[in-house]
Amino acid sequence: MTPFPPEQLANFHRLAPEIILCVFGIAIMVADPFIQAAHKRALGWLAFIGTLAALAGVRILANDAPGTAYSGLIRADAFSVFVHVIVIGAAALAILGSFQYLDDENIQRGEYYALVLFATAGMGILAGANELVTAFIGLEMSSISTYVLAGFRRRALKSNEASLKYFVLGSFATAFFLYGIAMVYGATGTTRIDLISAALGKMVAEHGQVASFAILGLALMFVGLGFKVVAAPFQVYAPDVYEGAPTPVTALLASGPKAATFALMLRIFYVSFGSAGNFWFWAIWISAVLTMLVGNFAALVQTNVKRMLAYSSIAHAGYILVAFAAGTDIGITAVLFYLAAYALMKIGAFLVIAHLGQQGEKRLEITDYAGLGTKQPVLAVCFSLFLLSLLGLPATGGFLGKLFAFQAALDSKIVWLVVIAAINSVIGAYYYLRVIVAMYFWEPSKDYVPTKVAPSLTFALAIAAAGTLYLGLLPARVLEMAKTAADSLYLH
Amino acid sequence: MSSHLLTVITFLPLLGVPALLLLRADDHTWIRRIALAISVAEFVISLFLLHGFDGVNAQYQFEEYYDWIARANIHYHLGVDGISLFLVLLTTFLTPLAILCSWQAIRENVKGFFIALLVIETAMIGVFVSLDLLLFFFFWELTLIPMYFLIGIWGHDRRIYAAVKFILYTMFGSILMLVAILWLYNLAGTFDVPDIQAKLQTGLVLLPSHTELLLFGAFFLAFAIKVPLFPLHTWLPDAHTEAPTAGSVILAGVMLKLGTYGMLRFCLPLFPDAAHRMAPYIGVLAIIGIVYGAMVATVQTDLKRLVAYTSVSHLGFVVLGIFAFSTISIQGAIFQMLSHGVSTGALFLGVGMLYDRRHTFEIKEFGGLVNPMPVLMSFFLFIALSSLALPPLNGFIGEFLILIGTFQGHHAWAAWAASGAVLSAIYLLWAYQRVGFGEVTVEKNRTLPDASGRERLILVTMAVAIIFMGVASPIFTRRMEVSTNNLLHQMERVQNVSRPATPEPAGKQSVISPGPRKNASLTKISLRHVQP
Repeated sequence: MTPFPPEQLANFHRLAPEIILCVFGIAIMVADPFIQAAHKRALGWLAFIGTLAALAGVRILANDAPGTAYSGLIRADAFSVFVHVIVIGAAALAILGSFQYLDDENIQRGEYYALVLFATAGMGILAGANELVTAFIGLEMSSISTYVLAGFRRRALKSNEASLKYFVLGSFATAFFLYGIAMVYGATGTTRIDLISAALGKMVAEHGQVASFAILGLALMFVGLGFKVVAAPFQVYAPDVYEGAPTPVTALLASGPKAATFALMLRIFYVSFGSAGNFWFWAIWISAVLTMLVGNFAALVQTNVKRMLAYSSIAHAGYILVAFAAGTDIGITAVLFYLAAYALMKIGAFLVIAHLGQQGEKRLEITDYAGLGTKQPVLAVCFSLFLLSLLGLPATGGFLGKLFAFQAALDSKIVWLVVIAAINSVIGAYYYLRVIVAMYFWEPSKDYVPTKVAPSLTFALAIAAAGTLYLGLLPARVLEMAKTAADSLYLH
Repeated sequence: MSSHLLTVITFLPLLGVPALLLLRADDHTWIRRIALAISVAEFVISLFLLHGFDGVNAQYQFEEYYDWIARANIHYHLGVDGISLFLVLLTTFLTPLAILCSWQAIRENVKGFFIALLVIETAMIGVFVSLDLLLFFFFWELTLIPMYFLIGIWGHDRRIYAAVKFILYTMFGSILMLVAILWLYNLAGTFDVPDIQAKLQTGLVLLPSHTELLLFGAFFLAFAIKVPLFPLHTWLPDAHTEAPTAGSVILAGVMLKLGTYGMLRFCLPLFPDAAHRMAPYIGVLAIIGIVYGAMVATVQTDLKRLVAYTSVSHLGFVVLGIFAFSTISIQGAIFQMLSHGVSTGALFLGVGMLYDRRHTFEIKEFGGLVNPMPVLMSFFLFIALSSLALPPLNGFIGEFLILIGTFQGHHAWAAWAASGAVLSAIYLLWAYQRVGFGEVTVEKNRTLPDASGRERLILVTMAVAIIFMGVASPIFTRRMEVSTNNLLHQMERVQNVSRPATPEPAGKQSVISPGPRKNASLTKISLRHVQP
């Protein structure tokens, strides 16, 4: 084998996780026809190994000196590494949680795992993108894969609806994003994130303000990205899609794309437009308030637990936006820490739901959770932990996530937004606690026959639960990494 | 400084949790024994605290200080002074009794019940000994979940309503306190309570009076809900009535004091000007609470609800004593916190013993109980007398000190509050008369068994504590005195510092931040990103 030129090798290194994910994805697609239906689960394990390999690939990325690859299209820095770990870890957990589910639903197929890997590769590109069109490709890669995944329960009407809705509205959103890129290109003459920053800085220095074209472009990009992170008023699709999609897919949807898209938003808002000041502050402020209110108040009246958690992830996007509004490196640290904690607790919660839903996702109503505390104590304790973390109780990652978010915003003197967020988190307490009330305080329903928790799912839940506690009790290391990541965002 | 006594005391109960988890779920005997053994050991160890405590030293003692989350400047900082010392002892004293009184009463999910009790003990002690605002908040919130389960799982008929109401009320208050804590951090650059205190007192950090009022309000609201101060008390009768006996004992005995303790530890020394400005209103609310609580208690038909309302009245005294700002009244308030913990805890224990026999709290279901149960009812009378502040029992010392201290500054307040002492005699004696004296009206009551050996142990322990606190009160007050004076001293500010006239508008992005900060890297991106 001829050795690669060092420059090319550096490119490979900086794209290592994506390359590994795609190779495994393709390998699964190729192997799929040769494997009997009964043994399809082996492909799932292959995909899981793929994610582990990709995590190893992230190490390659981390060990290399930070820099850009492919003429500045991709940026490898601590920020990218941090987000990569979140999205790939999320995918790994979702894959582990899918084995039993797909068997039960009789949809154990290779392309499921391949699509998860391709979606993850797309998210990885989003995390590292240093150029808007590259980011667009990453966005499309993750979106199109997840459109298909959302409809993977082909015979279920709800799943079809979710897929179609997600596809139609998602296409709109990405079109907005693309349009925004065009506008920004028109205003600045470049699509590279770092060069946009320089161009805008020059613009501000010369004219004292940013061209309205660029602002319009940013607004349009916010529409597209706001859709992906389910920020109001672009959140309308989320409850239906999250409810209709197969639950392990929902777990992935709620965590991975959100983290990756927030990462891209940070790069665009903080880096590209950072030189122009926080003129976007009020847009984020309003969106954050709307997102929290819509998410929490709608969740209050849900009786379907899966749908309730869908609304809860809208609310959480709002809390992340509170940290986002801070506009400082403390804000970035808070967003990153929140995303990590959020991914763990949300995946954990959805995987518990996936198991308890039983075949055909029949048991999703809150009344179906009655007496779970006595019937399946370990699972109930796990679920309570995730719910309390989502609620934001001390000793869990969710609490420190909220704490750092509030702190970042207060540090920038955004007092009222924090007060609104704080009150919102008490509103949220009501619906999270209601599930705990059902699990522990209600009489067990008689017709419920507990099913065995598969070892792979146990493993995934154990990781999610341990991670949630770890981030809540000993956050120092992860916080340090988030801080390094936040600092690296600015080093050009 | 080098000892880890406080850490041991705080986390010893938590060690019991894995021990209990390892036992079989139906091995009730050993679950109870281990829980009891741990809580008794905890009490014995906490006595070392009393032994080693230096009563003339106003500083925090047994301090421990380590980094916890270095990046966020959060420390593991523990310490006790004369204010918190006895509250820790109260907690370790009441928990074994709460475990003992649940010996027979709890039959379902026994393991979970004792785990919840042990976790709550750790959380409550943690609140009293934390000297870092976030560590404090951490334990503060941690007290909620076990209590929520105690009420919700092992409570009575309307337990779910009561549990949800309890947790939502308290969470609402505490979340705003969290915002205030973070805000204070941004101003002072630290979560460390003594540090913030020193910075505020020396004028190193200046709070504009508007900001101080908001911060005081956020802290005070959280504590006032916990106490509970009228008109925020409505969660209390439900929670107390529906909780199992052990839950009520812990709730009334210790958890309500978390609120008054918070006022003493944070509201007064950190925000003295705001405290002085708000004191007239708070004093009036406290008096309304005293009188209103007593009057509502008088007309209750449910014995447990009656005892619950007495807490509203008695805790009104405590708040009044705190906001009268005199050494005597504050000492009285601390003493009243302890004696209320013992007396009301004992009342709930007694009511729980009646419930174990008859499974009802309705006063009209009882009557003439002194005949079948002379021992139990004699102790019950003794406890009631202590609760209504009969000299020389414990209740008297606290109320008397509060009234004297309050009278020095506010004659009218003391006069109104004194009426609460009279009312307490009315509701308690009347209730006792209806329960204990007269003819036995319900046939079942004739054959009720008298106090068992276990119950006698509980009642005698309580009676000894009541007498001891009454006659040996200097043992307590002497150790409180220096800390109380120190507290009042901390409320004094460096006078000739001019305060900024206009507070900074909230919600605006501003680059300048007042006060020194530890995070030096807080530059706004707008400054940082002007590219060369």
